[in-house]
Amino acid sequence: MEWMAWTLPTALFFAAIAVMLMGMTVLELRRPCAERRGFLPIVTTRGDRLFIGLLVSAYLHLVVIGLTDWNLWVASLLSLAWLLVVLRWG
Amino acid sequence: MNKVKNNKAWWLVLPVFLLVAFSAVIPMMTVVNYSVQDIFDQSSRYFVGADWYRQVLQDPRLHDSLLRQFIYSACVLLIEIPLGIAIALTMPAKGRWSSLCLIVMAIPLLIPWNVVGTIWQIFGRADIGLLGASLNQLGINYNYASNTMDAWVTVLVMDVWHWTSLVALLCYSGLRAIPDVYYQAARIDRASAWAVFRHIQLPKMKSVLLIAVMLRFMDSFMIYTEPFVLTGGGPGNATTFLSQTLTQMAVGQFDLGPAAAFSLIYFLIILLVSWLFYTAMTHTDKQ
Repeated sequence: MEWMAWTLPTALFFAAIAVMLMGMTVLELRRPCAERRGFLPIVTTRGDRLFIGLLVSAYLHLVVIGLTDWNLWVASLLSLAWLLVVLRWG
Repeated sequence: MNKVKNNKAWWLVLPVFLLVAFSAVIPMMTVVNYSVQDIFDQSSRYFVGADWYRQVLQDPRLHDSLLRQFIYSACVLLIEIPLGIAIALTMPAKGRWSSLCLIVMAIPLLIPWNVVGTIWQIFGRADIGLLGASLNQLGINYNYASNTMDAWVTVLVMDVWHWTSLVALLCYSGLRAIPDVYYQAARIDRASAWAVFRHIQLPKMKSVLLIAVMLRFMDSFMIYTEPFVLTGGGPGNATTFLSQTLTQMAVGQFDLGPAAAFSLIYFLIILLVSWLFYTAMTHTDKQ
């Protein structure tokens, strides 16, 4: 695995993604989701909302890095809040 | 009647899952790892956090090539989509001529990218190329190697020549799928050719058109070989698009960290646009 040049933060990042995907799989098996429409302008499944949440979070990080001097944790906390909002009400 | 649910079928997806993991996911994870480190060699690498992202996002070279890339993709779509539709509408619906047209239309699609670049590089040369020399003989000062506008026009015309067929063939398949009863109804209503196009053909082609737009956007947004062979990104940096800027960074300068950060930003742009197209397509299907 040395050739993959792992670091602790990237390992934690991918572990979090893997846990999220596994959690979604277990949740889907236990409580299959139905498509619904929340504040997003399209009908979405739970997986769609997770994808939208992660994609927007990635862009949010880029905006904070590229346009501001804020600490990256601000972007991460905002992303977490966004992810929860979009999963619950999206 | 209760539907039997058998999740064991998911095991059949395992081979493709492993293949994608091996060929795409693991290399992508490695790129993420590279993007947060300054790597000199296997044993000396240092964590730099988001520094490479900051550097790349504030790099005017990236801004310029991103702008060029969006203008290029927009031009490609604005030319190829209407032209492809127009060609598909004029192609014969059946008979010997339709087969001949389909074969002729498919020929440019069979030519490899670097060969297309080479063909147009020679074809457009101001001294010996048929196109370049002819234009100069007609008194039009044309030289794609030194004039920015000429280089852009040549790269665009080359792409139109190479890929409009794809749009035309997709539209043609969409048109052929329209049942005759729609045309019969239009004839009874004495609908004009424009009304038939606007209210029958265009709505029925919507799905294939979305696929065509998505394919042409993604391909043109990732274009590398043809402009690299034709103009080498010049004159100056006039036709240096994102892929070429990335290659210069990763292979030319061996700046692996910034190149990895650049790749991920590039990937995110393509991911967003592809998702928008996918959503538009599935939304259309649901309607």
